[in-house]
Amino acid sequence: MSFLGVDVPPITHVTVWPTGPLGLNKTVLVYFLATIITLAIFFIAGSKKKMVPNGVQAVAESGIDFVREQVIMQTMGVEGLGYLPYLTTLFFFILFSNIFEIIPFFQFPANARYGVPLILALITWVIFNVVGVAKQGFLHYIKNSLIPPGVPKPILILVIPIEFISTFLVRPFSLSVRLFANMLAGHLILVTFATLCAALFAASITIIILPFSFGLLVAMTGFEILVSFLQAFIFTILTAVYIGGAMHPEH
Amino acid sequence: MALALLHFVLAAQQAGELQKGLTAIGRGIVYGGAAIGPGIGIGLIVGNAITAMARQPESAGTVRTTMFLGIAFTEALALFGFVLAFIISG
Repeated sequence: MSFLGVDVPPITHVTVWPTGPLGLNKTVLVYFLATIITLAIFFIAGSKKKMVPNGVQAVAESGIDFVREQVIMQTMGVEGLGYLPYLTTLFFFILFSNIFEIIPFFQFPANARYGVPLILALITWVIFNVVGVAKQGFLHYIKNSLIPPGVPKPILILVIPIEFISTFLVRPFSLSVRLFANMLAGHLILVTFATLCAALFAASITIIILPFSFGLLVAMTGFEILVSFLQAFIFTILTAVYIGGAMHPEH
Repeated sequence: MALALLHFVLAAQQAGELQKGLTAIGRGIVYGGAAIGPGIGIGLIVGNAITAMARQPESAGTVRTTMFLGIAFTEALALFGFVLAFIISG
């Protein structure tokens, strides 16, 4: 694709990656690193407990505190504290695999591939369904999630299919697509401005536009830090909302 | 004018470029259309959240969490369009 003399790489350059031995590519590498960092932080923090936390222990403790106060207490209340380990792991794993988007030499958010977000969303889907069935019983859970309170009888014909689709089919899909598409879109924006900068640098008179393109690249990089944090937070809080909704039916 | 356009279209078809061009236009329309509603929706959500925070600064924490939840639900629609634009192939 050529646009105004600027060569933009075809979309396959950004969305398809060469695969190494054993199917190991950049996505898998970033996921391995994110897993190792997540495990390492909590193992190191747990092995050397100090009264006044510093270093890794402070990071782990503030992370746990953040998930407890901002995610669980806001959505599920005290009963949800049992899900703290799962939600904290989810938050840190997604955050670390997202944050590789702006780390030099990687510059790739692993969640910009659909596989792992889908698996994470399916785990959440299984958990909230199992919790709902266990807490309310199968028939009560189905009834409470399909029939909203205070709806007139004739409209139920319309409401029940809509609620079924939105609760059981669209939830895992929208949860995973939200994470995946946000990271992919951010990655594409960074790629676009980076190739634009490179092309403008080589060109002759158009170099006067270079500062604007470069400035926006820097600004978008800063914005992507916010987005990777926010997407990890949103994935975690929506998981908490779904589990909380399965625990307490709306009256 | 119409004849010229038809001539152009026929020439493009012979080169096999027409389908590619139409696919690109379709992608643009899909994402553009999908972004309208969520754009308005997110504007309403954030605007009302700011109003709420300004009126009751002590409830800012709860309002902010709920605001992000609302944004996430609304934004999903735009992102469906984004993904659909990639799925469309010519």
